[in-house]
Amino acid sequence: MTAEKMDITENNAMTDTNHGLHYEENLLWEKERTDHPGVDLPEPANTPLRTGTPARADIGLPQVSEPQALRHFVRMSTWNYSIDHGFFPLGSCTMKHNPRLNEKMARLPGFAAIHPLQPESTVQGALALMYELQNWLGELTGLPGVCLSPAAGAHGELAGVMTIARAHDLNGQTQRKIILTPDSSHGTNPATAATCGFDVRSIPTKDTGTLTIEAFKEALYKTDPKGADIAGMMVTNPNTCGLFEKDIAAIADLLHEAGGYFYMDGANFNALVGKIRPADFGVDVMHINLHKTFSTPHGGGGPGSGPICCTPELAKYMPVPTVIKHAESYALETETDRPESLGCLKGFHGQFGMHVRALAYMMSHGADGLKQVSEDAVLNANYILRELENDFHAPYAHQGPCMHEALLTDKIQKESGVQTLDMAKALIEKGFHPMTVYFPLVLAGTMLIEPTETESKDSLDRFITAMKEIAAEAREAEAEERFHTYPQTTPRRRLDEVKAARNPVLRWKD
Amino acid sequence: MAELKFTRDHECILVEGETALIGITDYAREALGDLVYIELPEAGKKVGKGDEFAVVESVKTAAEVYSPVAGEVVEANDNMESDLELLSKPLAEGGWIAKIKIDDAGDLADLMDEAAYKKYLETLD
Repeated sequence: MTAEKMDITENNAMTDTNHGLHYEENLLWEKERTDHPGVDLPEPANTPLRTGTPARADIGLPQVSEPQALRHFVRMSTWNYSIDHGFFPLGSCTMKHNPRLNEKMARLPGFAAIHPLQPESTVQGALALMYELQNWLGELTGLPGVCLSPAAGAHGELAGVMTIARAHDLNGQTQRKIILTPDSSHGTNPATAATCGFDVRSIPTKDTGTLTIEAFKEALYKTDPKGADIAGMMVTNPNTCGLFEKDIAAIADLLHEAGGYFYMDGANFNALVGKIRPADFGVDVMHINLHKTFSTPHGGGGPGSGPICCTPELAKYMPVPTVIKHAESYALETETDRPESLGCLKGFHGQFGMHVRALAYMMSHGADGLKQVSEDAVLNANYILRELENDFHAPYAHQGPCMHEALLTDKIQKESGVQTLDMAKALIEKGFHPMTVYFPLVLAGTMLIEPTETESKDSLDRFITAMKEIAAEAREAEAEERFHTYPQTTPRRRLDEVKAARNPVLRWKD
Repeated sequence: MAELKFTRDHECILVEGETALIGITDYAREALGDLVYIELPEAGKKVGKGDEFAVVESVKTAAEVYSPVAGEVVEANDNMESDLELLSKPLAEGGWIAKIKIDDAGDLADLMDEAAYKKYLETLD
């Protein structure tokens, strides 16, 4: 900060309070007291400047003591909300509990204290673990070519679609320029296809919430009678409406007949683990979000991890490295070992700490346990759907059970002016993290609720009660005005999202 | 004579001779909610019928605006970048996103007139 003095007293009166032990907290910069440095160092004498910057005060670094810095970050951490706090029903995100056993395993010194540049002979245990994880993922998906390196789901998509592009390139199929994707897809699907140089063709799914063979055929043969310009398709199954794509095997057959590859977005794999292998309904390559299905942390304690799994046919094109097993040792494969590979997409070999956690999760559950995970996740979502289908518009509920997430919309409440965003804010008032709102885009005012297998029936009942109360309140007189005041008891109440988006203030101070 | 036409994707187009003003309908604006950003096309850009030529972003979502006709962008409504409320005005009163020189008047044949568009809206949720 500059020499300009802030009125700290006034500022504290405004924000730095702790009523009821709810800690407000200023920015670290606003705490700066140049007379209270954290460490007293003697003035340097006769030391030539090397940085061109004469004194640290001039570059605006705050000066706080160790306890001040510690309290600053601890207080701010209390504003966070995580799966460790409570129910986190974000649809498409699979916010499941992160078992502490995983953490214990990841902290074993032999896993935690190794370096990517160590000689392979000194990290054989770590490589054996990665090899084992590759085998588990290969078995669960039916896709034996596994590359663990992608750093998250979207990176996995990129790796997968680049693998498809590489296969077409090396097979002289460069006229294949189009990737098909349903209009309910995750935004990353068309974005990935476009990033890889493909044109995106969207398939409408609104009427049934799922792909139909007719709509798929129309998109497949639109510009070429044999689909010879189609590079592949990207489909999430179960899809973002929480529905299993019933015709997917027949659709995959048509796609393969036309020479395209089937990329599956594995974001919703939690509904399928141990029940069905994606390879069996025609998937050629998919990613797995270890931070969703396999319980490694989302953000905060992250990072994410998005391995890809592919057929033996595509495996030779996927990125390096994978772990390979020699007679008595393990090694990281290089481009020299597999020259058809598209190359390396990530420094070293991926998020090893997440590999440890994911394998710990798989081994602690076992094959039968993983199967029960997906059964319980689907059961929980259906419990929510059936309890709420009469209070909210549930567009596809009449078609039968949903998979791991329940889709509702604000169609009923909108008639009295209460919209999805208002109900999300009301949920915060009632002490719940909101569900995913306004996604999928295929319908207006969607609310996507994914309870995961983590939640107990009591927890689900509390959420259902809160949602029913919200639906009842939306029927009362002047509901619209009341809902616009939510949340009321949070420290900042309703934030002006429009103003924040139109006039973002990105600098603390000019 | 100026002629107002509509697409199934909720664009509206006001045709005057060889050029046309293009914007989005009230229905589209209400479905999007509060708008926060618009990405305008550059003058001179060639667009095909049905091509994306602008993006409007709201607090809920980002939506592409498709050109109802093939042609060339003559002018984009730069005022809109600083005043998104303009989008709620009629096309002739500043509510247009871009002015396009129409390649082929035949492109207008399958567009709806106001009465047909109103009827079409009734079929939607």
